[in-house]
Amino acid sequence: MITRRSLLRSGAAAAAALAGARAARAETPGVSDTEIRIGQTMPYSGPASAYGVIGKADLAYFTMINDMGGINGRRVTLISLDDGYSPPKTVEQTRRLVEQEGVAFLFNSLGTAPCAAVRQYLNDNRIPQLFCATGASLFADPKSFPWTMGWQPNYRTEAGIFGKYIARTKPDAKVAILTQNDGFGKDYLIGLKDGLGPERVGQIVAAATYETSEPTVDSQIVTLQGSGADVFVIAATPKFAAQAIRKAYDVGWTPLRLVTDVSQSIASVMKPAGVDKAKGVVTAVYGKDPTDARWADDPGFKAYAEFIAKYMSPKDLIDSNAVYGFGATATMVQVLRQCGGDLTRENVMRQAASLKDFVLPMTLPGISINTSADNFTPIRQEQLATFDGQGWRLFGELLAG
Amino acid sequence: MRLDVHLCALVGTPPVSAFLHQLASGLALGGVYAIMALALVMIFQATQLVNFAQGEMAMFSTYFAWRLIDLGWPYWRAFAVTVIVSFFGGIALERIVVRPFANAPALASVIVFIGLALIFNALAGWLYGYSVTDFPTPFDGPPWFGQRYLSAHESGAILVSLVVLAAVYAFFRFTSLGLAMRAAAQNPTSSRLLGVRVGWMLALGWGLAAAIGAIAGMMAAPIVYLDPNMMAGILLYAFAGAVLGGIDNPFGAAFGGFAVGVLENLMGAYVVGSEVKLSVALAIIVGVLAWRPSGLFGRRIVARV
Repeated sequence: MITRRSLLRSGAAAAAALAGARAARAETPGVSDTEIRIGQTMPYSGPASAYGVIGKADLAYFTMINDMGGINGRRVTLISLDDGYSPPKTVEQTRRLVEQEGVAFLFNSLGTAPCAAVRQYLNDNRIPQLFCATGASLFADPKSFPWTMGWQPNYRTEAGIFGKYIARTKPDAKVAILTQNDGFGKDYLIGLKDGLGPERVGQIVAAATYETSEPTVDSQIVTLQGSGADVFVIAATPKFAAQAIRKAYDVGWTPLRLVTDVSQSIASVMKPAGVDKAKGVVTAVYGKDPTDARWADDPGFKAYAEFIAKYMSPKDLIDSNAVYGFGATATMVQVLRQCGGDLTRENVMRQAASLKDFVLPMTLPGISINTSADNFTPIRQEQLATFDGQGWRLFGELLAG
Repeated sequence: MRLDVHLCALVGTPPVSAFLHQLASGLALGGVYAIMALALVMIFQATQLVNFAQGEMAMFSTYFAWRLIDLGWPYWRAFAVTVIVSFFGGIALERIVVRPFANAPALASVIVFIGLALIFNALAGWLYGYSVTDFPTPFDGPPWFGQRYLSAHESGAILVSLVVLAAVYAFFRFTSLGLAMRAAAQNPTSSRLLGVRVGWMLALGWGLAAAIGAIAGMMAAPIVYLDPNMMAGILLYAFAGAVLGGIDNPFGAAFGGFAVGVLENLMGAYVVGSEVKLSVALAIIVGVLAWRPSGLFGRRIVARV
């Protein structure tokens, strides 16, 4: 169907093609001989402000890179703006970054709804939206959105890993799942079904959802227990995951519990749930836990600790958000290095989609980053870990979703 | 999928036991809604307005208690001090922030309440962070009365809500101060002529509401955990409960709180599934109000023209 929008778009494409030859030689917005200017939006205020540490780590990492002489002779300037985790503000700030600040591309903007709100705009204008800090699978869709890429294992990948693990270790399992009633939860259910495989989908005997406005999920847990399931998948944010673990224990339900990596924080999930009640919970991990003593002599951890000591504050050392920013920015730096002297938006996107066996200091041994024209999920591997009452104990091999 | 869920609930584990679990967890949270509804009644009695900042005030009081307990105070001392501080905090709030709008239209007051809610929420986030923390309960140990449906804290919370209800009822029914408060709200001019200090009655209403809200927060936090957004959902349900029971009647409001808690759970578990249980619970409330506009136990006000 020909709509006004598609006409406009094809018009713009034609104009871009005409200008193409000239644009490639002339400068990309935000790129000069001495500087690469990029932008991002971050929730420095509002309900998700705990994630603001990611933005601070991103900024600190580029400061470190610039202190070491920049990338191919260019300094990187990251303009990090507050959007309060509110999509309308994300749109406003992203347009400001593109239209007023003239950034080359967007890097590591945070949040599913905020990133989704500007995805169309950035793709229409052919501006890379790289390494969105969210686990939603909608940022790994190169066919429809070739300018958008996520970074961490997405929810579908992770739920797929859980599904395969269940199929392998408990082939006769009856599975119950609790999901948040939004894109996160829906992704999770799809991934779980993929992982279980078509012949086992029927083994999901109960599924319940909750709204984030609900005070508790106690009622849902009682309902799920009633299904007689012996595997319980928890795709919930920290508060609700903690409630689910506690209530299942309190009503005497003892299934194998699998918890999303969104809610693997010991301080804000396992402790509120009660460490005794949470013993035996299984999750999937891709990063090194900075509080785990086993990494004390690990060169990757040492590099991270050195970075924190010099460029951030000591309290950030154990913050998994700092680890996240550290890893995402290192990936970005690798992409820019691969670009060499050609910093056109097309080439940035092409290089982001041609990462080969790139290894980060703070991902688990054996995990490497690979992307291609049809794989926009940089990290696909995770390892399972079980909570022993104090920390996460890794077990088994690396799994891919 | 939803069909599977409640079929399983009916055929899986013994249905009676599952039903009692649903009922019990509904009652426990209903108790918290009931206390919160009583706090709403307090300010409504005094001003005929619903205080939308009530939830965030309660959350802020709960953080205050958490700090005291963190400093090593015994629970009940921290509890008492928090209730007293909240009482005076509520009075101060009325005197300083709300009073200047006493003669403004109702909508201006509503905006002030919403502003207060945002301020308390942001302040708590700034002071204490947004991550979830646990909050201690004084009702530790094994479940009461040898049953296994209510945890000790849940039983305790229900007990506390009944005590608060009795206290509020007695205050309005048997004390001259309670009578003066009701009079000041219903007929300020005559009350003033009779020597009731109407302005102070309003401040007192705010103080009592803040104190009762603090109790609700401290009873809710061990169940829903402490974070700056913990009361948002609770306030919504408490408001629905208060309106259902009759917001000018402490007994009705508390009953409404319990009813909403139970109704919501049973709807979700047995009738419509978890996805739309909130909508259905609210639809039932709207239905009841269409039939009895002033709530189940509310006083019908007939205006003479």
